[in-house]
Amino acid sequence: MKAPATPAAARPDAASGPGSGSGRLWVGLLPWLWMLSFFVLPFALIVNVSLSTPELAVPPYVSPFAGESGAPAFHPDPSAYRRLGDELLARGAAGAERQYLAAFANSLLLASLATLCCLLIGYPFAYHIARARASARNTLLMLVMLPFWTSFLLRVYAWMGLLDSSEVGLINQLLLALGVVAEPLPLLYNGGAVLVGMVYSYLPFMVLPLYANLVKLDLRLLEAARDLGARPSIAFLRVTLPLSRRGIVAGSMLVFIPAVGEFVIPDLLGGGGVLTIGRRIWDDFGPNQDWPMAAAVAVLMVLMLIAPIMLLHRHGRAREDGP
Amino acid sequence: MGAGAQAGAEVLGPAGEAAYLRIEHVGKRFGDVWAVRDVSLTIAEREIFALLGSSGCGKSTLLRMIAGLETPSTGRIVLDGEDLARVPAHRRPTNMMFQSYALFPHLTVAGNVAFGLHQLRPRLARAEIDARVDAMLDLVQMKAYAGRAPQELSGGQQQRVALARSLAREPKLLLLDEPLAALDKKIRRQTQFELVGLIRRVGVTCILVTHDQEEAMTMASRIGIMSEGALVQVGTPDDIYAHPNCCFSAGFIGETNLFEGRIRDGRLVGADFPQPIVLALACGDLPAEGSAAWLSLRPECVRVHPLAAADEAAAASGCENRAPAEVAEIAYLGGHSIYHLRLPGGRSMIASVPSAHWGDAPPPARGARVQVCWAAPDGVLLSR
Ligand SMILES: Nc1ncnc2c1ncn2[C@@H]1O[C@H](COP(=O)(O)OP(=O)(O)O)[C@@H](O)[C@H]1O
Ligand SMILES: [Mg+2]
Repeated sequence: MKAPATPAAARPDAASGPGSGSGRLWVGLLPWLWMLSFFVLPFALIVNVSLSTPELAVPPYVSPFAGESGAPAFHPDPSAYRRLGDELLARGAAGAERQYLAAFANSLLLASLATLCCLLIGYPFAYHIARARASARNTLLMLVMLPFWTSFLLRVYAWMGLLDSSEVGLINQLLLALGVVAEPLPLLYNGGAVLVGMVYSYLPFMVLPLYANLVKLDLRLLEAARDLGARPSIAFLRVTLPLSRRGIVAGSMLVFIPAVGEFVIPDLLGGGGVLTIGRRIWDDFGPNQDWPMAAAVAVLMVLMLIAPIMLLHRHGRAREDGP
Repeated sequence: MGAGAQAGAEVLGPAGEAAYLRIEHVGKRFGDVWAVRDVSLTIAEREIFALLGSSGCGKSTLLRMIAGLETPSTGRIVLDGEDLARVPAHRRPTNMMFQSYALFPHLTVAGNVAFGLHQLRPRLARAEIDARVDAMLDLVQMKAYAGRAPQELSGGQQQRVALARSLAREPKLLLLDEPLAALDKKIRRQTQFELVGLIRRVGVTCILVTHDQEEAMTMASRIGIMSEGALVQVGTPDDIYAHPNCCFSAGFIGETNLFEGRIRDGRLVGADFPQPIVLALACGDLPAEGSAAWLSLRPECVRVHPLAAADEAAAASGCENRAPAEVAEIAYLGGHSIYHLRLPGGRSMIASVPSAHWGDAPPPARGARVQVCWAAPDGVLLSR
């Protein structure tokens, strides 16, 4: 049976192989150490903060581990989660000014739309690069990644310059000059501007995994589909698309996940008008000095992202094992 | 019209049968290389035709032009009265079985077979598709594997699924590109007969591409031999064997002894044979005096006699061409033996001698001096 080469399956031979020295052990350990230091521990700290009690102090919370007399104790305070739950379920009208529900909805909606747009724009990119002459492919890939050569912040500011409705806004000036519009359009400081910025910034993350997938596609399968009576469009839908599923999933995750937590783009291109999770966390850690709440929002976001990833992963594995 | 009929009459085809597929002066150029040059051919309905040639001679390209996967640079292809030039691949009544099978890895065996049925217009009902998939898998004895993924099958099973998939749409013309090349030799033999039996049973017209002469001779009723993009000879296997029209087909179908020389006084001189080779007048038009020519002599036409009895035996069998030779190698194959013989000039010849030929006398051993001879009409004179 063709069992997928999972790390779990690969590790035993790596460890028991004749040449397995301490070097191999370290190489095998490094990713785990990395994940422990830079994901598990920080996340544990955030969970800890989320279970603390807010307090006017530095830092502005009381850790659940803070015992009276140094004796080990653990007194988690779930109040932050309770408040967050109330907000999200729109109970307690008094707290509605923080608009957590809107933040979550906006972030998820923007991230979904950005992922969809990146997929729709990125697929033809990746497809054409994968079908280009082998000698041209690297150049084309380089062009896709070219924007990365300048600072991310600079590129977002450049979009502000393009979308602005004052006399510095290039697009509005062009439309005015052409007589298409009489008044400058409100292009900046709204959800549309944030979406444009996200799609622009994250497109390469969609193109690269899709390209890596599509370039491996066996073109004889497409010929077989055509020979069996499939028009080019049907051959695409029935063969190319299903076979590029893994690339689509990988690219979508690479766009969706950072887009949900994105802070800079909504802040700069959305102004105050577009409330996002990133904005909420920023406000609660910063001006509101409500660290437990900010941490609870961060924890909820991570859980929200992990669940669909696990599902996709399991789905992918099932498809690979079964028929 | 008259000119067209003339051209049609020139096209090689089975005598007396209406042409079902007509390939007229088809050529294909890739850059400045002609992969297929001026191929003309007709094939009758229900015929199994083999395109035989060494790797890279353009067989697949010709097949792909028939399927519509390549556009011919010259010529036209007419199937059942319809010029295929303007018919795109997906609307051609042909189906191809690819050399690598090209089964869809994301579909089950049944899904692969159903793929082409889903594209049929007017649409087939679901039940109808299921029934036809079932029948097809039954035909190739793969019903038990309907739910499997193609990657889980052996090479032979994949080949049968690919065949079922290409037969499911009931094509007017079935195209098989090296159908058995991916199988190992043992199953290949058996599969050749199975495949032919199945194609006959279905009654589909079939073009089969192969580089294996045995496969072509076993499976096809007629063979077209291709060399460097050109179709050099078309005929039944025995016809090509007995009457090759050029050195290439003489060497490609079966084994042969080739003597190269020039025509002088109705004989072949300058060949590395001890004396001018006597040619039979019956073997077609003699090339012009002094022109280059080749004589092809099948191993079973060469007789071998012990030196002692040589002259009487040669006279009795009417062999005009004789030479002394030394036995270099003997391969005993049961009913007959292959003798590798060395002529005085150093060139070697092969002879296939029936074991009964020696009667009660002991057959010559390795190193023995013998006489080789053959009757002039057994040699085939070739001008290219
Ligand atoms: N798409 C193509 N582009 C350029 N050359 C090709 C192409 N397809 C085939 N050829 C060339 O045409 C010749 C015939 O190829 P092919 O028909 O595949 O041979 P065969 O099937 O007899 O082995 C080869 O020299 C091959 O390199
Ligand atoms: Mg080939």
